[in-house]
Amino acid sequence: MMNASPSTSSVLLPQAPRLLTGKGWAAVLAAAITVALLVPLLNLVVPAGHALHLSDYAVGLIGKIMCYAICALAMDLIWGYTGILSLGHGLFFALGGYAMGMYLMRQIGRDGNYQSELPDFMVFLDWKALPWHWSFSDSFAFQMLMVLAVPGLLAFVFGFFAFRSRIKGVYFSIITQALTFAAMLLFFRNETGFGGNNGFTDFKRILGVPLAQPSTRMVLFVVTGLTLIGFFLLGRLIVTSKFGRVLQAIRDAESRVMFTGYDPLAFKLAIWVLSALMCGVAGALYVPQVGIINPGEMSAAASIEIAIWTAVGGRATLIGPIVGAFFVNGAKSWFTQAFPEFWLYFLGALFIAVTLWLPNGLVGLFTRPGGIVGLFRKSKT
Amino acid sequence: MLAGLCLLFAGRAQALTPEQARAIAAGDTDARVAALNAAAAKGEPGLAAFVQALLDDAVKLAPKQVLVIDGEKVLDAASGLPAPLPEDAEDVVNNNRMRGALQAALASLKLGSPELATRREAVAELAKQSLDESQLPLLDQALAAESDAGLKARLTLMRAALVIVNSPDKAKRLEAAQQLAGSGEGAVKSLILERLAAESDGEVKSALSQALAKIEARLAWGERLGLLFTGISLGSILLLVALGLAITYGLMGVINMAHGELMMVGAYATYVVQNLFKAYLPGAFDYYVLLAVPASFLAAAGVGAVLERSVIRWLYGRPLETLLATWGISLVLMQAVRSLFGAQNVPVENPAWLSGGVALMSNLTLPYNRVAIIGFAFAVLGGVALLIAKTRLGLFVRGVTQNRRMAACMGVNTARIDTYAFALGAGIAGLAGCALSQVGNVGPDLGQSYIVDSFMVVVLGGVGQLAGTVIAALGLGVLNKLLEGFAGAVLAKIMVLVFIVVFIQKRPQGLFAMKGRSAEA
Repeated sequence: MMNASPSTSSVLLPQAPRLLTGKGWAAVLAAAITVALLVPLLNLVVPAGHALHLSDYAVGLIGKIMCYAICALAMDLIWGYTGILSLGHGLFFALGGYAMGMYLMRQIGRDGNYQSELPDFMVFLDWKALPWHWSFSDSFAFQMLMVLAVPGLLAFVFGFFAFRSRIKGVYFSIITQALTFAAMLLFFRNETGFGGNNGFTDFKRILGVPLAQPSTRMVLFVVTGLTLIGFFLLGRLIVTSKFGRVLQAIRDAESRVMFTGYDPLAFKLAIWVLSALMCGVAGALYVPQVGIINPGEMSAAASIEIAIWTAVGGRATLIGPIVGAFFVNGAKSWFTQAFPEFWLYFLGALFIAVTLWLPNGLVGLFTRPGGIVGLFRKSKT
Repeated sequence: MLAGLCLLFAGRAQALTPEQARAIAAGDTDARVAALNAAAAKGEPGLAAFVQALLDDAVKLAPKQVLVIDGEKVLDAASGLPAPLPEDAEDVVNNNRMRGALQAALASLKLGSPELATRREAVAELAKQSLDESQLPLLDQALAAESDAGLKARLTLMRAALVIVNSPDKAKRLEAAQQLAGSGEGAVKSLILERLAAESDGEVKSALSQALAKIEARLAWGERLGLLFTGISLGSILLLVALGLAITYGLMGVINMAHGELMMVGAYATYVVQNLFKAYLPGAFDYYVLLAVPASFLAAAGVGAVLERSVIRWLYGRPLETLLATWGISLVLMQAVRSLFGAQNVPVENPAWLSGGVALMSNLTLPYNRVAIIGFAFAVLGGVALLIAKTRLGLFVRGVTQNRRMAACMGVNTARIDTYAFALGAGIAGLAGCALSQVGNVGPDLGQSYIVDSFMVVVLGGVGQLAGTVIAALGLGVLNKLLEGFAGAVLAKIMVLVFIVVFIQKRPQGLFAMKGRSAEA
């Protein structure tokens, strides 16, 4: 691997790794085909009752989990690769979701319960006009800009001050949790203008197309899947670049990075904002598919769960968080149907078990030499 | 009550004339009230029992007599002799106005009692009723007879409030207005505002405005002190919660997200002790709290010790992992409590000596349970400080915190000290839970509502510093309540969180930073 040339240079630079190996590209391609062609075919074309038919429920569930996987991927970039555990990613997710939800509420038009131009909850609160922050909410383009701008700006401002005063480790985690908690309290208030504790629901259409229509749901599914794959490639691009290597150096020894002449502030801030943006996008994709957004998404538990998906799958691998999100949420939807009272026991045990015995996550079982699979490989010597 | 009534009737049989009884029991409300007050002013001896019977809905109206039903017996209200109950006897119905008048009459009758406590009760009862001028003679009588200075002052105020509304005599109104200035009650304030609008005489008006200013100043002080008290009360709860965290996080560097659930364990231990007392020692129920305190400490400390030995011990030096694992523990504990005790909140009663409160001013009452918690918090603080500073265990804990390897070389069993210290932190959380059970709901999510706040206290106070924890807890409590006063509970909380985030910018190490030159890891 090492491409040393002692005659010309005294510094040994490791060769930049490739974005993906041939196998990797094949897998990405396969995933893209599955999401964009196979699932729509199995769901829309194959008739219901056929053995290969994919139910609407399954499509909805997978679509939802893919949104979660984007969050887990974002968490991995900031936690797995940079060593900063955020307990506030649920906030960015919810902010993206609320921005999308505002647009969807306006799309209901006069079809709500009160047949008013205003969203139902405003009629209920006896408001006569839209509050100022709803001024442009009927424009899809503007709200999509908000999906990025609101989490991005909040992350930038918060991150700038936090990283500038070198808040790190658990301090940072606790402060992000406090921020999320404060935001949750704010959104619970009716006066904030986001529907109080009921949030937004009863969406009817997006861009004029009914949301209940199977083809609309499929388009959302495909967009979510392709976004996830896109973010995976972006993440890969980042972690294989020099930027990504500085991030990992910050994770492993921040003081040494500083002594070497780098200013960690810009690096941390950049990846922090990017991570928040990804969560915002995930939230915006989540809301039309699930059909509801409320301040519960900002609870401390929601944010911590994102961290556990990442940890279960395997930190500092990009495929890990995606695997983790699917594993934990798949288990959740199975448990909450089969043994609802045992779900929290399972989740709690998972938190403990992963931190104690699986520091490299599920993916670590397969890739690390010490993992289960590695133990059964033929010895190379 | 009925037995007492019976005695009264037997003793004072022929006091009330049949006409009086009928006038009070039947007719339209105005006439009944007038008759009642006339009888009360005369101090008819049998009246108290009759009024009480009316309030108990135990009076029936027969065509010729007014009858009082006393259990099985039927008595004539006037003569007190047994009488047959005719078929067509009607119930006497009292509307709210009549009830108020009856209660006022009963209270005013009690004003003549030789017992100070009875009179005090009567004055308190009278203060709740809306009086009118027909009761003025009653008050005058009572005032003349009263010897207790405090009661006299209250009666004077009551009388003044009546006079200012009803008296046509300017001099009397003026005097009443000056007397009213001695009050500190919200009701008097609104009365004065009403009179200010209605009063025509300039002199009385100015006296009224002076009185108003004095009352307002007094009320404002009551409010300020009340705010301070609720702030300190919240601060003392935060202090209890944060003390445990200060040990596990500050001294040991363990982020314990399950701290709130250890509090919940303590609160449920209190609940169990309470139920055991109810079932086996109902006579000593008032003292269950005394046993609940050690029980909640031991329960939470036991859970904490098990957690440390089984999970946390493997995660020292990896704070982020500890955070996740303890979060998992908190989920398991919460679900376990749901399985054992149900998802609903469970009732924990205050013992008699912790319910009620001491009224310092008309708008300032300090509930005993909150006063007790403030005292308890500082007692626990003192205990912890002594333990850390003076005992051998404290010495070892400090040693291990400062330099684990060196402490081990000196022969300290560091693993055991870790367990003890963690169990101590958990036990203090249990104590906090026990205290919380006396003022709030006990349910599976009891811990969740305090955990963010208490972490804020630890972060604000600085790591490893008890003094910082105390100041941060009390400061945050008072600040929170202060902001709540004009911004509402939610906005106040948000403002406090924002304040902490900004504060941490300035002093990342908290209020009291550890002094030393050790580089950050």
